[in-house]
Amino acid sequence: MASLKQLTEREERLTGGHRLCAGCGASIIVRQILLATDYPVVVSCATGCLEVSTTIYPYTAWKNPFIHNAFENSAATISGAEAMFRAHKRFGTIPQDKKVKFIAFGGDGGTYDIGIQSLSGALERGHDFMYVCYNNEAYMNTGIQRSSATPMGASTTTSPAGKVIPGKKQYPKDLTEVIAGHHLPYIAQVSPGYYMDLIKKVEKAMEIEGPKFMNTFSPCPRGWRHAADASIDVAKLAVDCCFWPIYEIENDVYNLTGQSNLIATGKKEKVPVTEYLKTQGRFKHLFAPGNEEILKNIQEEIDRRWDKLVKLSSL
Amino acid sequence: MPDDHEINYNSYKELPPSPIATGSSLVFKTGGWRTMRPIIDLEKCKKCGICWKYCPDVSIIIVEDLPKVDLDYCKGCGICANECPFDAIVMVEEESI
Repeated sequence: MASLKQLTEREERLTGGHRLCAGCGASIIVRQILLATDYPVVVSCATGCLEVSTTIYPYTAWKNPFIHNAFENSAATISGAEAMFRAHKRFGTIPQDKKVKFIAFGGDGGTYDIGIQSLSGALERGHDFMYVCYNNEAYMNTGIQRSSATPMGASTTTSPAGKVIPGKKQYPKDLTEVIAGHHLPYIAQVSPGYYMDLIKKVEKAMEIEGPKFMNTFSPCPRGWRHAADASIDVAKLAVDCCFWPIYEIENDVYNLTGQSNLIATGKKEKVPVTEYLKTQGRFKHLFAPGNEEILKNIQEEIDRRWDKLVKLSSL
Repeated sequence: MPDDHEINYNSYKELPPSPIATGSSLVFKTGGWRTMRPIIDLEKCKKCGICWKYCPDVSIIIVEDLPKVDLDYCKGCGICANECPFDAIVMVEEESI
């Protein structure tokens, strides 16, 4: 693994001057992922905060080739670019030994909801690319509407907490498990708070041929209603309370990594989910009297999913 | 790589044939958004690079192992100050500087 010093000497492929909010998780994730590899990369991006804020016409914050097409087809676009690259190699217009890595970015809206069919198709066709979902748990770009990644109890503009409903009523979809059904060579779930773990996983994924998927936890100070400087703290807490376990699935073998491994083996203590919920304004109403039941249900669901994951993992 | 210069299209005839970006977003000095400025105490700094790796705006630059804030683009989110394990970074109100 590259040392921090080596990483600092690498060229930044995302420049400053992008218009993401102060403290945004998405740009931290993009920087960490692109710094983890030395290969030239081609990036495609689904419509979302990241795309809108980094490529305001006619300017771009990317130093690598970047394609934006539409909301639903980030994976289809990158698979087309990858197929073209292979065709050029076949025709001899690109040298055979040239290595380029293809990375698609999408938010949770562009991955969990709108882009899932193109993602599933590209994974099934077996293109050599990596899909990175930066999951900020709602449609932040259009004004915090609920998505299928929004956790239960979160107040969004389309699931507002009030007298009628206490925030979103459903549990979030577990997309990493949905993708696991594609039996890919490499699938990982990561959090930018645990940086070394993320870098290790990206380095590993870049050496594997075939479709790869990475689900990343991306704090959003604006939509989650926490202070801009708390993004990394929140990203760490989500892992500590097992709401967002960090693990990898390599050829159907589950492996809890980093902090999640320490929790599963009893070396670190699992934090109650209330500690995590307390940090964000979107869950504030859950701590009002009368909502104890919801907190209990959330904790039970997290425990249930965590226990299932621990059982699947080889510790 | 597109250049760091401003682009002004005066008519549709000047537009490139397809919607491609021809300029770098480095033109936009997002430092203007800042209300709090990070001040680094280099005597307390242990060169761990934590501020650098968590910066969302590529605004911590490592010069000879030591961090430096790029005030042109720093939005003042305060992640660096919050995450620094040695309390070497403090956030100071812009107005007081």
